Amino acid sequence: MFDDRYTLAYRLYPYARHADQDKDTPVRHPVVVMGGGPVGVATALDLGAQGIPCVVLDDHEGVGMGSRAICFAKRTLEIANRYGAGKPMVEKGVVWNLGKVFHKDDKVFEFNLLPEEGHEFPAFINLQQPYFESFMIERLYEMQKQGAPVEIRGKNRVDSVTVKDDHVVLEVMTPDGPYTMEADWLIGCDGANSPLRTMLGHDFTGKVFKDSFLIADIKMINDDFPTERWFWFEPTSSSGASILLHRQPDNVWRVDFQIGWDVDRKEEMKEENIRKRLDAFLGEDVDYEMVWSSIYTFQCKRMEKFRHGPVIFAGDAAHQVSPFGARGANSGMQDIDNLGWKLGLVINGQAPESLLDSYNTERVHGADENILNSTRATDFITPKSETSHIFRNAVLELSEHYEFARPLVNSGRLSLPCVYDGSPLNSADGLPHGPERTRPGAPCPDAPCPDATPGEGFLLPKLGGTFTLLTLNAEAPEGFEESGVAVTRLALNTADDKTGALAARYLGEAKSAVYLIRPDQHVAARRENFDENLFRAALRRATGKE
Amino acid sequence: MSTVTLTPNIAGGDDFYEELLNAHEGLSKEDSDSYNARLILILANHIGDRAVLSDAITAAKRKG
Ligand SMILES: Cc1cc2nc3c(=O)[nH]c(=O)nc-3n(C[C@H](O)[C@H](O)[C@H](O)COP(=O)(O)OP(=O)(O)OC[C@H]3O[C@@H](n4cnc5c(N)ncnc54)[C@H](O)[C@@H]3O)c2cc1C
Repeated sequence: MFDDRYTLAYRLYPYARHADQDKDTPVRHPVVVMGGGPVGVATALDLGAQGIPCVVLDDHEGVGMGSRAICFAKRTLEIANRYGAGKPMVEKGVVWNLGKVFHKDDKVFEFNLLPEEGHEFPAFINLQQPYFESFMIERLYEMQKQGAPVEIRGKNRVDSVTVKDDHVVLEVMTPDGPYTMEADWLIGCDGANSPLRTMLGHDFTGKVFKDSFLIADIKMINDDFPTERWFWFEPTSSSGASILLHRQPDNVWRVDFQIGWDVDRKEEMKEENIRKRLDAFLGEDVDYEMVWSSIYTFQCKRMEKFRHGPVIFAGDAAHQVSPFGARGANSGMQDIDNLGWKLGLVINGQAPESLLDSYNTERVHGADENILNSTRATDFITPKSETSHIFRNAVLELSEHYEFARPLVNSGRLSLPCVYDGSPLNSADGLPHGPERTRPGAPCPDAPCPDATPGEGFLLPKLGGTFTLLTLNAEAPEGFEESGVAVTRLALNTADDKTGALAARYLGEAKSAVYLIRPDQHVAARRENFDENLFRAALRRATGKE
Repeated sequence: MSTVTLTPNIAGGDDFYEELLNAHEGLSKEDSDSYNARLILILANHIGDRAVLSDAITAAKRKG
């Protein structure tokens, strides 16, 4: 009656009968999250940190085996750090900067991500998804111990949902049988095949790619490959049309073979056949153990709207991308970063419900950007016509000798946070000569933070969670309140930052600057000096009141 | 806005045309196709100007 659909790596939230199941009338919760994947758990962490009650329901009792995602971007780590789960991820993860691109047998070129100095977190880490999820779930339990009103219920499967005007009724199945619960808000984080989407009849449209990929995660026994990302186009070992080799923690490497559309999955998944491919690729003398393998196909799709009244979709349930560019889990984390504070303000009566429509506007924009990038990478890796294949190979051939062609090689444009240009929450740029990268709508880049121990302190941990008035070499009051929403000032002087990075990132040509920063660390407004009326207006605008 | 030049601009046009064809001499259809692709990419990079490139991509669609 209650079978697992996948094997667990860690049984972190075993089923336990809840008092809700014995009530005669269904219990109403402010927020219920359907799905305890990375995005659902992030929702609980975001709301929990705000003191807003949140129940996560998952149809399993923990984290699934096997790593789908392995590549987590800086922005994800910054968000996780705001939730108190970022540091263990970096400690466990593998930091990499060097990538090599091969065509046939030749190395075409190599690149270095050359991380910019003055950021707390690296550009990327590789980390198995089960670890990533476990760190967040551990954090959830820690928050719970500290009194945050959040919980996750294992083996609680949502079987049906009825949407009312101002709430949602859920039928939940458990090993002890069904029970009913209600939610003011239901957040659908139930993954790419979202049963919730199907229950409510919402469509999910886009492109399906006619190719499949075989993943083999292997543990090296007698050999060591460097901590680099290696990508082969048309390797002569003919073990795949392309191959990706990338290191993960625990001496595990991901090998990803492009194997074509018309394959016999069952045959391909036999260990002996996977080993054949691996041996052809690695050479007979390399010893390894198989850790996990899987075949995946992919699509780039999204829902037309992410908000449907009291039901809000996030993560893979709302949008799906190809894995090239690592934009799946990374964009799901940005969804919650965006949604969390808005939902918090609405629930606390500090902002109108319409603020939630800006979640839709901003994250649909983000999803489109991710889909565009991942579609382009996919078209490069799996050319869809003879001509596109000819051009693809021409780019690779030229790259070996001529630098100009290298930026055209696309084996995945790695995930960067989205700038919410044109968002209704932005105020007009009052610092036109300020840096592009910190214009209204942009996520704040990290920078050394001068008031802390030299080399230790960073800006981002001092922002976020609530609205901040960041002043650089400028006067302003210590804070203000505007229609129920408080802003606190963070006063910095760029002369204190000897590296100059803070000034370069936030001042540009300007002598001083004042920024209004949203709880998700995106810029809402900026000017050269503080102007009370304008910043009050900017705050009203950023909270959906103008 | 810059536009692509569609008036004669190559001195010694016949020479150029011959050189272009000579480059393809003896190549299989497959090699010729890939040669053309490389040449287009090199020329495109030389032009660089995105507006001119878009203009050229559109101009080449006309067939008489
Ligand atoms: C091969 C591969 C490689 C990838 N690599 C990367 C990468 O490097 N970087 C990256 O960022 N992303 C990557 N991704 C994408 C990433 O794995 C997903 O984007 C991410 O897991 C989405 O998280 P989610 O929480 O939205 O959904 P999921 O992780 O799918 O979680 C959904 C949860 O909902 C539960 N659920 C489903 N139905 C119900 C129900 N009726 N009731 C209760 N619970 C339910 C499920 O059991 C599950 O726990 C990759 C994906 C693949 C396939």
